[in-house]
Amino acid sequence: MLLARHAEAAFWMARYVERAENLARLLDVQQVFANDSRDPASWRSMLLLNSDEERFLKTHETVSRASVTQFYVLDQENQTSIISAVHMARENARALRPLISTEMWTQLNVFHRKLYALTPADLGEARLPRTYALVKEGCQAHTGITDGTFFRDESWYFYWLGRWLERADQTTRLLDIKYHQLLPRGADVGSAFDIGQWNSVLRSAAGYYAYRRVHSRAMSPGTIAGFLLQNRAFPRSVALCINDMDRGLNELRSRYGLRGGTAALERIDELQAELNGRSIEGILIAGLHEFLDMFQSTLGLLGGDIAREFFHHEELVTQGATQNQ
Amino acid sequence: MSSKTSRSGLLSNYDSGDYYCELLGSDTTPHSVFDVIERQLSTISEKELRNRAVAAENDMFDLGVTFTVYSEKSAIDRVFPFDLIPRVLSAKEWTEIEAGIKQRVAAINLFLADIYGPQHVLKDGIIPSHLVFGNSNFRKEMQGVKVTNGVYVAICGIDIVRDQAGRFLVLEDNARTPSGVSYVIENRRMMLRAWPELFDGLGVQSVDSYGPRLRQALAESSPGGTNDPHIVLLTPGTYNSAYFEHVFLAREMGIPLVEGRDLTVIDSRVYLRTIAGLRRVDTIYRRIDDDFLDPRVFRKDSILGVPGLMEAYVAGNVQLANGVGTGVADDKAVYAYMPRLIRYYLNQEPILPNVDTHICGEPEGLAFTLANLENLVVKPVGASGGYGVMIGPRSSRAEIEETRAKIIEDPSNFISQPVVGLSVCPTLCDDGIEPRHVDLRPFAVTGRDTWVLPGGLTRVALRKNSLVVNSSQGGGSKDTWVLFPEAGE
Repeated sequence: MLLARHAEAAFWMARYVERAENLARLLDVQQVFANDSRDPASWRSMLLLNSDEERFLKTHETVSRASVTQFYVLDQENQTSIISAVHMARENARALRPLISTEMWTQLNVFHRKLYALTPADLGEARLPRTYALVKEGCQAHTGITDGTFFRDESWYFYWLGRWLERADQTTRLLDIKYHQLLPRGADVGSAFDIGQWNSVLRSAAGYYAYRRVHSRAMSPGTIAGFLLQNRAFPRSVALCINDMDRGLNELRSRYGLRGGTAALERIDELQAELNGRSIEGILIAGLHEFLDMFQSTLGLLGGDIAREFFHHEELVTQGATQNQ
Repeated sequence: MSSKTSRSGLLSNYDSGDYYCELLGSDTTPHSVFDVIERQLSTISEKELRNRAVAAENDMFDLGVTFTVYSEKSAIDRVFPFDLIPRVLSAKEWTEIEAGIKQRVAAINLFLADIYGPQHVLKDGIIPSHLVFGNSNFRKEMQGVKVTNGVYVAICGIDIVRDQAGRFLVLEDNARTPSGVSYVIENRRMMLRAWPELFDGLGVQSVDSYGPRLRQALAESSPGGTNDPHIVLLTPGTYNSAYFEHVFLAREMGIPLVEGRDLTVIDSRVYLRTIAGLRRVDTIYRRIDDDFLDPRVFRKDSILGVPGLMEAYVAGNVQLANGVGTGVADDKAVYAYMPRLIRYYLNQEPILPNVDTHICGEPEGLAFTLANLENLVVKPVGASGGYGVMIGPRSSRAEIEETRAKIIEDPSNFISQPVVGLSVCPTLCDDGIEPRHVDLRPFAVTGRDTWVLPGGLTRVALRKNSLVVNSSQGGGSKDTWVLFPEAGE
């Protein structure tokens, strides 16, 4: 039976890689917004989104493209930077080395080294797209190698639970950045300028053409937000992530005869009801930001359920249950 | 011998000087293995070898075959330097080493069972009691504890050197948590990738069965003899410099790699914290020193260990490999008595002799040592890792006199040995292929019987003229080949 600590490490390795990839996507879209608006204050939204403003201002005098980008990409002191996320992914991989494939470890090891070799020059405007591509490709190579080589026992399920949970959370943040971005200039909502920005949100989630196939004519903030939240086929949509968690958790429990996970399943039910029980128009009217905020805190509680029910579970295993493995 | 003049290719400028060469032998007695691999060695240029060495090192780094050096700010992964020219042992040489190791391991286990049991060896006056009871590695908690199969030392690493005459000598026993076996296996895998044609047509004995063999041995000594015992490997954690090896061994054995915080003791039984709850553990291959094993019994400040583990061990509910208190058997003072212990317990002559050792606690040993200090290596007993060693020929007058005073003050705390002119092996160095000193650490695994992994870890002192093979002091390693017997051998 899988070690609780290893289950936790698999869960977090996946979360950190997913976090690094999504942070690169967020920063990429933020770069586009900033270029559109030419307003340096727009970089503040990045800080607000991650609740990092106070911490950032302790060590930085000005909020600028360069300082915020440095803070989120290469700052090793900043726990919410890409380089910290990849470092933490590698530390969890180090704890998991007895379970993960040699190829998974090697790739993370090499990826980690490439990131540490980056310099502030790699964050210059011209080179930045290449730097984000490096991060995204490193994370995607990790995912692909994991898919192709990770032994599919209990740890594999925890890995995917971590990935889906993090991805759902990050997609809500990607949507939320629009809220922060537009807050001071409500007049622009629905304008051509606004639609251009919504497009870049879709592109950063690699969802532009998928969206086009579903909504070939209409292009409105509502349909785009609905697509990212509720579409059941788009790999980064929140609904897809939550449904996959539901399936994965049920499979994990039945295949390995685990009794834990009931609270997590109830929480997932709650999230599915929130997503499916409401139209996107209703969500927008009640306030997208409020919805996303609520959703993010429920996801946080779900992470806590999983930790309590699997990672810190102290019941004696009966003879019958050990036969299951 | 003609080999020096007829050599071509890689070894054309190589000269092993006064030392025994592991590939060529000596001028008077050529080594049979060289005839066998000479042709293959000559098919590669030094430049090509250098290219492959660089590629091999990058490979090791990417694969994470590293030890980690932690400083205050960062963790640096270092590759244990690897030299591509192998050290080769003939089947005949290996037969001798293997038999010598098995004999030694048997004596060590009998000695431990005796001193933690009836103590005949002390009553018969074979070894002075103070060397046992006064040893910091002696654990009184082990007195009378019954250890399954009498296997105190399931994993033993014995350091062997070769002198100028080509004789194998035991330098040191490692009966606590010997490390390095992962490099033996990784080095071979690396060699097969980097220089596959060197193996062509040669019968080199495989090293791949170490994991299954160790697991089998541990299962054989599990308490209660369960069919499928739950075995785990206990590591101090990811910050330990040997973490790579712990991962490697857990994978090779297919067992969970656990930390102290993953285990808990309830009613003198050990349990593992799993995603389904607590699951019973039968055997622990622990890579944590005695001192840190159980804060209730040993060091109170240990956060690496498992509170209550000793109580479960003493109750016979869990097997530890290696057992607690085995360090008393690999101490330098006890080492000096090992030939006598082999005769005492096994009624056999030692197959592998010790390096001549003078015990300063005995009058003749003391007199000899004091009269020849400038030519001897003086070692304090009880300490490990070369700490406090004085090498006479390389010490100043003042250092020698300082050591003399210490010996006179407490003679039984010291032993002395002659300086051994360690054998050499051709090694790729900055200026070409040069001789470098090597030693050998074979690994023995004991369950119902003892099995020795063919070969072992060959460590090489990469600095010119250095006799120190430790990785912390410029040491590297080589692949170690044991050839299959040739027809008629």
